[in-house]
Amino acid sequence: MNLIDSIANIGRSAIHLVMGLGRAGLMLWGAIVHVPNLRKGGPLLIKQLYVLGVRSVVIVVVSGLFIGMVLALQGYIILVDFGTEESLGPMVALSLLRELGPVVTALLFAGRAGSALTAEIGLMKSTEQLSSLEMMAVDPLRQVIAPRFWAGVISLPLLSLMFSVVGILGGHLVGVEWKGIDSGAFWSILQASVEWDKDILNTIIKSMLFGIVVTWVALYRGYEVEPNPEGISRATTSTVVQASLAVLALDFLLTALMFGS
Amino acid sequence: MVSRKLEISVGLFILSGLIAFCVLVFNVANVKVQSGNSTYQLKAEFNNIGGLKVRSPVKVGGVVVGRVSNIALDDRKLVPIVTLTMDKRYDHFAETSSLSILTSGLLGEQFIGLTPGFMDDDIEILQDGDKVDDTRGALILEDLIGQLLYSMSSKDK
Repeated sequence: MNLIDSIANIGRSAIHLVMGLGRAGLMLWGAIVHVPNLRKGGPLLIKQLYVLGVRSVVIVVVSGLFIGMVLALQGYIILVDFGTEESLGPMVALSLLRELGPVVTALLFAGRAGSALTAEIGLMKSTEQLSSLEMMAVDPLRQVIAPRFWAGVISLPLLSLMFSVVGILGGHLVGVEWKGIDSGAFWSILQASVEWDKDILNTIIKSMLFGIVVTWVALYRGYEVEPNPEGISRATTSTVVQASLAVLALDFLLTALMFGS
Repeated sequence: MVSRKLEISVGLFILSGLIAFCVLVFNVANVKVQSGNSTYQLKAEFNNIGGLKVRSPVKVGGVVVGRVSNIALDDRKLVPIVTLTMDKRYDHFAETSSLSILTSGLLGEQFIGLTPGFMDDDIEILQDGDKVDDTRGALILEDLIGQLLYSMSSKDK
């Protein structure tokens, strides 16, 4: 009997997992299908762009500046031993564009905007605002989920581009202004080694996929919340944890695909 | 209704994102807007191209005048054939010009150095699709060291 119970347990959790994945997939599909149109969805989308994008600019820009400066400083300390401190430019620019820009921005975005999304949707769910929307024949997927989803997918690439630019400026600040690398050498070697299709296009593709993943996790966690205060707090935490882990794992896959061969 | 202030801040957000994109493309990746058909192609055979890659620069006295656009192996002669895409602004190279594969610095990237040849009445200018005959392949450091060691050991005897 005990054996059959444990087999049933495994079965139950597997069914739960698959059902959860299915509901998450349906929600993603619904959000993708309901692209906000300009007339009706526009104001909703702009509101969410403000909440998710504009309000994240400060944290993204400040961390970009400091990460660029730290990268340049550490790189300088190592490169100066080999007398190749001019290569600081490509080192900072490539590591920002290829990895740190999209990844760190996505992590910050998960903490700053993803958790807020989950808490907001979760509270809507637990005060039954979503059900009342449905009772009024308003599709919550179209009205609540889709604008937030698209706002996340649009803002994250923009934020990560800003992060990279500010980071490169931070690297310039430390390398050229402080450590006295020749400004011309810094920029010309940097320009020679960054390629527009390989590096900049891939950074945009990466951060768009991260945007999809982070907002998807945040929205789903909010949508499927247990309707009580403890449930909301747990959902917010698991948004940050799961979105961060998903971003890091996906980043490895994408890097292997884009730069592996 | 969405307030005016909010719309402005979202507009600024999107604009600064686009500005960041433009800075990256034009300033960091240094993409030049090129009008079409402003290049011409040259071909050259080398005995060894070393670490030459597609997009490596072609330089005359340090000035970039073109880039390597294709590297292939000749089916019959089994030697590398390099196709160069040259800038149309620099199209006055005599057919006596020579190409050699050089290295920038001791450990740097490899590039093609073009040495312009002399001009004369019966010497033609290189045109689109022409082949440069006078080429020198890459210096392979391992071969050089091997030769050095060989000559040193033969001197000892």
